[in-house]
Amino acid sequence: MGSQIAQAIAAGILGGGVYALMAAGLTLVFGVLDIINVAQGILVVLGAYLSYVLSVHLHIDLLLGLLITVPAMFVIGVVIYWLFIRPLRGAERTSMTLLACFAVALIIEGVLYREFGSNYVSLKASYISSSVHVLGFYLPDIYLIGFALAVVAIGALYLVLYRTTFGRTIRATMQNQTAARLIGIDVNRVAALTFGIGTAVTAIGGMVYGAISGGFTPNSGYDLISRLLAIVILAGMGSIGGALVAAVFMTTAEALVDIWQPDWSVAVFYLALVIILTIRPTGLFGRRAARAQ
Amino acid sequence: MPDRLTPLLRPGGALVVLAVIAVFPLVFTNPTATNFGVVTLIFVAVCSAWNLFSGFSGYLSLGHAVFYGTGAYFLVVAANDWHVSGSAVFLLLPLAGIVAAIIAVPLGLVALRVRRHTFVVITIAFFFIAQLSASNLGVTGGSSGAIVPVPGNWSPATYNNPFYYMALIIAAATVALCWQVRRSRFGLQLRAIRDDEDRAAGLGVRAMPVKLTALVISAFITGMAGALWVYFIGEAFPQFVFDPLFDLAVVLMAFFGGLGTIAGPVLGALILEPTQLWLNLQQSNEYESQILFGALFLVVILFLPRGVLPTGAEYASALRARLLRRRGDQPAVPAQADAQTQADAQAAGSAS
Repeated sequence: MGSQIAQAIAAGILGGGVYALMAAGLTLVFGVLDIINVAQGILVVLGAYLSYVLSVHLHIDLLLGLLITVPAMFVIGVVIYWLFIRPLRGAERTSMTLLACFAVALIIEGVLYREFGSNYVSLKASYISSSVHVLGFYLPDIYLIGFALAVVAIGALYLVLYRTTFGRTIRATMQNQTAARLIGIDVNRVAALTFGIGTAVTAIGGMVYGAISGGFTPNSGYDLISRLLAIVILAGMGSIGGALVAAVFMTTAEALVDIWQPDWSVAVFYLALVIILTIRPTGLFGRRAARAQ
Repeated sequence: MPDRLTPLLRPGGALVVLAVIAVFPLVFTNPTATNFGVVTLIFVAVCSAWNLFSGFSGYLSLGHAVFYGTGAYFLVVAANDWHVSGSAVFLLLPLAGIVAAIIAVPLGLVALRVRRHTFVVITIAFFFIAQLSASNLGVTGGSSGAIVPVPGNWSPATYNNPFYYMALIIAAATVALCWQVRRSRFGLQLRAIRDDEDRAAGLGVRAMPVKLTALVISAFITGMAGALWVYFIGEAFPQFVFDPLFDLAVVLMAFFGGLGTIAGPVLGALILEPTQLWLNLQQSNEYESQILFGALFLVVILFLPRGVLPTGAEYASALRARLLRRRGDQPAVPAQADAQTQADAQAAGSAS
C-alpha cells in the first residue's frame, strides 16, 4: 500500500508536468488574447496523431519528430488565429471566440475521425515500454522523459517571457492592450504569435500524452480539455505559475483517488474546481477580482 | 407607416406559423417527416429556454445538457420504477422539469458567482460531472444504457403524433413565456444584467435571485424537453443523453437566429435542426456532418455574428439604399435613401 501511494504520487507529479505545459499554453493565450481556447484539447490529440503518423509511416523517432511537429503546430495555431479569431470584435467577442474555438475543435475532431477512425491508437518506442526501478517501485521511462520535456519547454517559455524583448511585448499586452498599442506594439502580431506558441506546446503535450495514456482516439480531446480547463480555472485564469501548481496538485490527487476508486478519479478534478470556486471565485492565484462583464 | 400595422402583424404571423406547424403531421404523414418534426419542436423549446436564460442575461451556458439529461434520466427511472406506460408517461414530464429545476439551484448558486469565461467553463465542468455520473451510477444503467417502456398499442401510422403535439405544446408555451418575460420587469432586469451587471446592481437589481430564477425556469423547460425526447427515442445512453454537441447545437441555433430575440431561436431551430437531421441521413458517416456543422458554425459566427434576423435586415436595407442611390442621380434621393435606411435599422432594432 505504501509503495502504491508513493508510486501514485510520483506518477502524479511527473504526469502533472505535462498537463502543466498544456495548461500553460492555454492560460498564456487567455492572458494575452482574453479568449479561452477550448480547442486546446483536440489540438493536443492532433499533436499526438502527428507524432503517430511520423513514427509509423516515416519511421521518425518520437522525440526527433518533435522537431517537425512543434513548428507544424505553431503554424496551425497562427493560421487558426488569423482566420477565425482575429476577425471577431465587438461586445460579444468573449463568447464568440469561445464558440469559434469550439467549432474549430469540432472540425479537427471530424477530420481526425475521417483520417484515423475511432479505434484507439498508441505511440510506440523503446522508452515507452521500459521502466526504471526507483525506491522500491517501477517508473516508466516515458514519465521521466515527458517530465523533462515539460520542464525544458516551460523553462524556455519563461526565458522568452522574461528575458526577451518579444516576451516583454507579450507581458505588456497582457497587462494593458490599449497602452501596449499606444507605445507601438503590434498587438495583432503579438496575439498571433502567442496563439502559435500556445498551440505549439500541444505538440509536446500530445506526444507525451499519446505515450502515457496508453491509447487515444479523436474523442480524447473532450477528456483533455475538461481537465485543462479545470486546471487553469483552479489556478486563476492567466497565471502561468499557478497553472503549474494546480496541474501537479490535480494529477497527484487523481492518481491517489485512482488507487481506491478508479471509476471516479476524474471527478476529483471537477470537485476540486467547484469547491475552490465556492470559496474563492477568482481561483487560487487569480490576478484580480472577476473583471466586469 | 408600419407603426400601426406591426403590433397586429406580429401576433398574427405567430398564429399563422403555429397553425401551419399544427397541421403539418396531418398533411405530411410520412414517419420520417413527423420524426424530424418532433425533434425540431423539442429543439425549438430547448433553444427558446436556453435563450431565456443565456440570451437575456448574457451568461452563456454550455451546460444545458445537464438539465436535458437529468430530465431524460428521471423519466427513464420513474417510468420503469413506477410502471408507467402509454400516454400516462406524459404526466411525468412536469415532474422531470421540476427535478431539473431543483438540480439547477445548487449549480446556479456556484456558477453564477463568476462571470464571462469562467462561468462558461464552469458550466462545461458541470456537464462533464453529469456525464461521468451517468456512466458510473447504477441508477442510469451505466454505459450499457437503459430502456424506456414502449407505448405498445399505439398505431404505427400515427405513432409520432402524440409526441409531436406534446412537443408543440411545450414549444409554444415556452415561446409565449419568453415573450411575456421580455415584456416584464423581470426581463428588463435580466437585460440590465446583460448590459452591465455592476451598474444594474447599483440601480437596485438583486442580480443573484434574478439570474437564478431565469436559470431555474430555463432548466425546468429543458428538463421537460429532455424527458419527452428520451421517451420518443426509447433508450438512454450516457454519451447521447449528455452530449457536448447538444449544447453547441442549441447555442448555434440561438446565435444563428439572433441571440436575445424571441423569434431568433425559434427560426434557428426550425432551419438548422431539420438541416442537421437531413445531413445525418445523407451521410453514412457521422464525422462528415460534424465537419459541416463546425464549418457552418464558423460561417455564422464570422459573417452573421448577431444572427440571421438582425444582420439580414441590415444587409437588406443597405442593399436597398444602394439601389435607390444608383437609380436616381438627383441629390435629393440619397438623403431619402438614408432616411429609409435609418427607419429600417430602427425597425430591425425594435424587432430584435
